[in-house]
Amino acid sequence: MDLIKLKIDGKVVEVPTGTTIYKAAKELGIDIPVLCYMDLKNLNIENKPGGCRICSVEVEGRRNLAPSCSTDVAEGMNVKTNSVRVINARRTVMELILSDHPKDCLTCAKSGNCDLQSMAQKLGIREIPGQEYAEMSTYRLDTSPSIIRDMDKCIMCRRCETMCNDFQTVGALHAVNRGFEAVVAPAFEMNLEYSSCTYCGQCVAVCPTGALTEVDHTNKVIAALNNPNKTVVVQTAPAVRAALGEEFGLEPGTRVTGKMVTALKNLGFDYVFDTDFAADLTIMEEGTELLDRLSKHLNGDKDVKLPILTSCCPSWVNFFEYHFPEMKDIPSTARSPQQMFGSIAKTYFAEKIGIDRKEMVVVSIMPCLAKKYECQRDEFKVDGNPDVDISISTRELAHLIKQANMDLVGMEDSDFDKPMGESTGAGVIFGVTGGVIEAATRTAYELHTGKSLESVDFKQLRGMEGIRSASVDFDGLEIKIGIAHGLGNARKLLEDIKAGKSEYHAIEIMACPGGCIGGGGQPYHHGDASILTARTKAIFDEDEGKVLRKSHENPDIIKLYEEFLDKPMSEKAHHLLHTHYFNKKKKTFEV
Amino acid sequence: MVNKTQIRIALRNCGLINPERIEEYISEKGYMALGKVLTEMSQEEAVNIIIDSGLRGRGGAGFPTGIKWDYARKSVSDQKYVVCNADEGDPGAFMDRSILEGDPHSVLEAMAICGYCIGADKGLVYIRAEYPLAIERLNIAITQAREFGLLGDDIMGSGFSFDIEIRYGAGAFVCGEETALIHSMEGERGEPSLKPPFPAESGYLGKPTNVNNVETLANIPVIYLKGADWFSGIGTEKSKGTKVFALAGKVNNVGLIEVPMGTTLREVIYEIGGGIREGKKFKAVQTGGPSGGCLTEKHLDTPIDYDNLIANGSMMGSGGMIVMDEDNCMVSIAKFYLDFTVEESCGKCAPCRIGNKRLNELLGRICEGKGTEADLDRLRNLGEVIKDTSLCGLGQSSPNPVLSTLDNFYDEYISHVRDKKCPSGVCKDLMEYFIIEENCVGCTACARACPVGAITGERKEPHLINPEICIMCGACMEKCKFDAVILK
Repeated sequence: MDLIKLKIDGKVVEVPTGTTIYKAAKELGIDIPVLCYMDLKNLNIENKPGGCRICSVEVEGRRNLAPSCSTDVAEGMNVKTNSVRVINARRTVMELILSDHPKDCLTCAKSGNCDLQSMAQKLGIREIPGQEYAEMSTYRLDTSPSIIRDMDKCIMCRRCETMCNDFQTVGALHAVNRGFEAVVAPAFEMNLEYSSCTYCGQCVAVCPTGALTEVDHTNKVIAALNNPNKTVVVQTAPAVRAALGEEFGLEPGTRVTGKMVTALKNLGFDYVFDTDFAADLTIMEEGTELLDRLSKHLNGDKDVKLPILTSCCPSWVNFFEYHFPEMKDIPSTARSPQQMFGSIAKTYFAEKIGIDRKEMVVVSIMPCLAKKYECQRDEFKVDGNPDVDISISTRELAHLIKQANMDLVGMEDSDFDKPMGESTGAGVIFGVTGGVIEAATRTAYELHTGKSLESVDFKQLRGMEGIRSASVDFDGLEIKIGIAHGLGNARKLLEDIKAGKSEYHAIEIMACPGGCIGGGGQPYHHGDASILTARTKAIFDEDEGKVLRKSHENPDIIKLYEEFLDKPMSEKAHHLLHTHYFNKKKKTFEV
Repeated sequence: MVNKTQIRIALRNCGLINPERIEEYISEKGYMALGKVLTEMSQEEAVNIIIDSGLRGRGGAGFPTGIKWDYARKSVSDQKYVVCNADEGDPGAFMDRSILEGDPHSVLEAMAICGYCIGADKGLVYIRAEYPLAIERLNIAITQAREFGLLGDDIMGSGFSFDIEIRYGAGAFVCGEETALIHSMEGERGEPSLKPPFPAESGYLGKPTNVNNVETLANIPVIYLKGADWFSGIGTEKSKGTKVFALAGKVNNVGLIEVPMGTTLREVIYEIGGGIREGKKFKAVQTGGPSGGCLTEKHLDTPIDYDNLIANGSMMGSGGMIVMDEDNCMVSIAKFYLDFTVEESCGKCAPCRIGNKRLNELLGRICEGKGTEADLDRLRNLGEVIKDTSLCGLGQSSPNPVLSTLDNFYDEYISHVRDKKCPSGVCKDLMEYFIIEENCVGCTACARACPVGAITGERKEPHLINPEICIMCGACMEKCKFDAVILK
């Protein structure tokens, strides 16, 4: 590749053709401030609309300033990133952006985590000239089951659009209106609830301000904990333990499983259980369903379609219900681990401790915002009483712990309660892309072949590429597996299935980049994709450290079937652990 | 408005032929240039003629047309497009509309020539839906050209095929910017994107696309018929040919004019325009549409071309030319244009989206008498930063009306902020009712009409209005029969 030589702030640097000024400056250790720009390396997500103009630099011989994030270097270029002209322009533009931004940092959900706030600090903005008579653009507040849109705080960085349209291909968010009135909104300026939104929360994950945030249910949790008439049961998803520590200053990838359990017990939860237990249960059901469909299919049953698709990701479920309703028979009917947990907690476990389901509150701690929507779905309620009452995100849990004056870092480790706290490594890896199908493979292989696996690590299924495929030898039967994370990648696999071109027997789909560890409810990564890699490693480390690594070996799962469910896919299991899907395409036009 | 200083090239057929009859266009040597290009020239030769002619884009930026064609010609692709930008958006400008209504075939012929030159077989006219007559005539022209074998497959037996379809814009000013125009045609939001990549490399649907303005295209056929030398013989060193202007404002003759590049503003205003209306004093001329600047007395003898206008803080733009006299308040004029750009900004980049809004607010405050001298510094800094940092041509030029009036009419701004007076008597909030002593006969009618007792004076003696008490209702002025009460 051709190298280009240029000068930035008097220093010479050589970079390949096609490098931007911003990246060339990085080579020299010059950190040009950027606001709208976002580069999630190794996920192939780059947002560079060139809209905020904070990264403007002076290029000798050029009439106006150049946006460094999106201007390619040229031979002999002489760039200044800190001239008076640049600094004045950068500050003036920042003052402009702030002049149209609410000044409620004290009570904003994003305070302390806000990229706009830190940029204002970095640039040393101390006043906003003319603020007293500057008109503000305003927009109505839009609340959905998972996400709140407060467009007054939108700075038109367009990151959410990139995630929603380019990465997820959901197309729920797009810029509407012109000039000062421009905002990002669903089509026809509908509320998010009536749009094609799947609540994946990736817009929230990348929003630099408080314009897009989760619906906060921490107060509901506090109220439940303080209600003496309620038994409060909590479940924690696998990806939470790999990220919660970040909220308390720990390095990304630090596992805090035991500390988290202690914190939850200290918060006053009556039973601290693990969603991993339900993940093992999911594998029993989904793995059995896979083998069932596979053997029927191989025996020539034309009514049984393959591939079978995983169904634990609620955003993915929303996606196919809306975008591919004609294919709603293909995904597994197994409920997600969150819902399996709730269902078992309010039947099997409630019976065990001798209380009515109405006296129990099931709280879930999830890396996910779509889970908030999922637990409200009508099919997951019994006489109006939901299987899972409240779903909160990793971030909300961190707030709860902080509000209770607890120091997570210094906490002792504790174990999950029994019986729904027991889990295997297979349940843990649900938190990363490829993990569900790897867990399913571990169990399906042994159930199908009757043999014991020599190694449970199916490394061919792991990785960060958007679409991956691998073959697993089931004792002479070659099982072809597809994996996609990101709904845009999922769409490609679905289009193939629709066109009859798919060769896979089973496909795992996760809506978020990297799987649940990159979920919309996780601590903010601020555009640093290496954080996702660190969390992935933490999950696999936890798996490796487990004595039991195959779901069907979980003793409490075996007991659950013996005592209560009979066997996978039994009538009772069908009733409690499986679901059906809906055509949601029309929801937009019913409003 | 025939005048010796005018030369009609782009408007050559307008008003002279029936635009709905292709035969009349052909009788004026129509489609001969296309025939010549298709039968006698290679693509490169044909492009070189436009390069040699020195023709520059008439849409505003003045980029050399031949060079633009050459980029598109050199781009390698299985599919290329020719786009005609007919999204004329400057307030009061109707050059392109007149050409499309009066001589649509000249544009179609030029698009076909361009198609041949760059290797495109598809042309698109992006026209605002507010131009129904132009659209109707374009449709008629396209149908007739197809019937005559001048569009479609194997034109004139040359083996070259080219067809044109029409795309409607919804009247967003920013869609005249070529990348925004392309996005709009693709069904995307009409907002510009960064260049590079230029449309010549990656334009409509990601394919090499050449975008030219209507007036630019209307010049093309004549250049082939009369030669590059003929064309480059007209105009100045760097700006060749003619330019169509929509002359408007306080001149006696308004309307479309076409003058050679290099004509002075004085010639345009006083000879063609017939001077200032009602014998009033010339104050300024605004060129370049909403994002141009205001030029003054001292610029009257400057020859009009792309570079001179920019050097003087304005621009050619698409050819709006509005003449102002002593009754125009330059602060209000700047605000008028800002109102327009605030409305028409797409909102993509922060300086244009928010900056123009703030500029406009500041101007509003100055017009209301709430401005300070510090505000003038802020206006200038904000204007310069918006120019320096905006993403597209709209934001990069939108502060021009403010900056050029600050440069040329600083005194007027000072009157507004320091003395709280509008010298031209336009800014209502800065005016007072005042009694001219010589005219007042002391009839007391005004004092009796005043609802707040602000007027005092003895009978048969000149009266006086106390501005502290006056509520600006205007009752005194209405009652006065001697023109003694004025507003200033």
